[in-house]
Amino acid sequence: MQSLDVILREQKIFEGLREEDHKLIAGCAFNTHFEANQYIFREGENADTFYIIRYGTVGLELRNPKGGIITVQTLREGDVLGWSWLFEPYRWTYDAHAISMVRAVALDGRCLRTKCDHDHTLGYELMRRFAHIMVERLQATRMQVLDLYA
Amino acid sequence: MLEQELVFEPTVAEPMLPEVFRIQRVKHESYDTFTLILEPSNGRESFPFKAGQFNMLYVYGVGEVPISISGDPNQPEMLVHTTRAVGTVTKAMSELKRGDVIGIRGPFGSSWPIQEAEHHDVVFVAGGIGLAPLRPALYEIIARREKYGRIVLLYGTRSPDDILYHDELEQWRARFDLEVYVTVDYADKSWRGNVGVVTNLIPKAPFDPQHTVALVCGPEVMMRFTAIEFLKRGVSPTSLYLTMERNMKCAIGFCGHCQLGGYFICKDGPVFTYEQMQTLLSLWEV
Ligand SMILES: Cc1cc2nc3c(=O)[nH]c(=O)nc-3n(C[C@H](O)[C@H](O)[C@H](O)COP(=O)(O)OP(=O)(O)OC[C@H]3O[C@@H](n4cnc5c(N)ncnc54)[C@H](O)[C@@H]3O)c2cc1C
Ligand code: FES
Repeated sequence: MQSLDVILREQKIFEGLREEDHKLIAGCAFNTHFEANQYIFREGENADTFYIIRYGTVGLELRNPKGGIITVQTLREGDVLGWSWLFEPYRWTYDAHAISMVRAVALDGRCLRTKCDHDHTLGYELMRRFAHIMVERLQATRMQVLDLYA
Repeated sequence: MLEQELVFEPTVAEPMLPEVFRIQRVKHESYDTFTLILEPSNGRESFPFKAGQFNMLYVYGVGEVPISISGDPNQPEMLVHTTRAVGTVTKAMSELKRGDVIGIRGPFGSSWPIQEAEHHDVVFVAGGIGLAPLRPALYEIIARREKYGRIVLLYGTRSPDDILYHDELEQWRARFDLEVYVTVDYADKSWRGNVGVVTNLIPKAPFDPQHTVALVCGPEVMMRFTAIEFLKRGVSPTSLYLTMERNMKCAIGFCGHCQLGGYFICKDGPVFTYEQMQTLLSLWEV
């Protein structure tokens, strides 16, 4: 079985970090899993952890004003789930729903946040990488709003 | 030069005269999209065409529109068109029933690169109704499966209710030698599949960019973003094929109605390489 350190080094989001950063990140990580249909987190809850999905599918869901639930994106193996741990007020802005059984590496966002406050090089690197994911997701959301297939 | 471009090269005997076809069957694919299965009513036994070509469909007394052929080129005895009802002619067409007649001119235009794609991975990307013009190419390539590398279909629609050809998608999905990924823009909880735009699927799709031919069909904005993702992965602009749509009148390169840059979509297209189209695809940014 691969160690968490090895698994995390293979993730695109952590590629090219310093040796000490890899060690530190692995120290904030643990394996976790969720049953199909379980909610990984809910809108409004404290965002203290984020996840790298290793297996399974997660739906990001929003509640519409009429009470219905719509899935706005699905994430799969290799995708990063959650960035609200990095930005105030550190609360999730949507629900994350395990559509199938999900295995993931969870990372303690609070622990990493504290390290980033003290080590700005690491802080900048993580900020840059998460900003990239956010831009990609924003672009994808814009395309959804654009109604690409009309 | 211009004179040369305007030389009339008919692909059919009487290109301006519609032939009468009778509707053998109407299949409702979704709330706004339907398939007509047509048979000739003038003694003709088959309607040979190449995957990617289109016909002009004339709804008598209403008007004529270009619609791609969406049937199997290896079954030319059946002429199949899948149409989304969007305006005057297509809505009138959606009201036709079994036994009614319709006028057909065609087949016209260029075709998908079925032969050129041999020994390559082939990635189909369809958006919405764009699966219909791609389906003949899928049939052709599946019929000669051993000549191709990996075959991947990436299909995006607005919602699960917009998905076309459900039964066939299930059959294709069940095959071990095809990879089919369907994604929708939004869905309720009953949908267990992927949510997100089709371009999101390209970065992780299983193909070898150096040995891939991509066939893309959908609205222009979707094709433009799809092309960007393929280019990012290293697929060559000459291996990336798109099908373009413009209003048409004559469909034989006479009237200039469908002109785009130096091309007549009806005659030089509708299938082009991205290399030919890249400067002509609309340039606004999201
Ligand atoms: C080569 C080629 C192949 C085509 N293949 C197919 C096909 O296989 N199936 C198919 O359904 N359509 C296809 N089309 C598009 C089809 O020709 C048009 O939808 C049709 O001409 C619309 O005519 P109409 O009289 O119904 O609509 P109009 O009355 O001309 O238009 C009514 C409204 O619909 C909008 N509209 C027009 N065209 C479209 C469109 N394509 N999509 C969305 N809104 C539109 C117009 O902007 C307008 O607001 C193809 C077009 C070309 C050029
Ligand atoms: S439709 Fe007349 S030139 Fe193309």
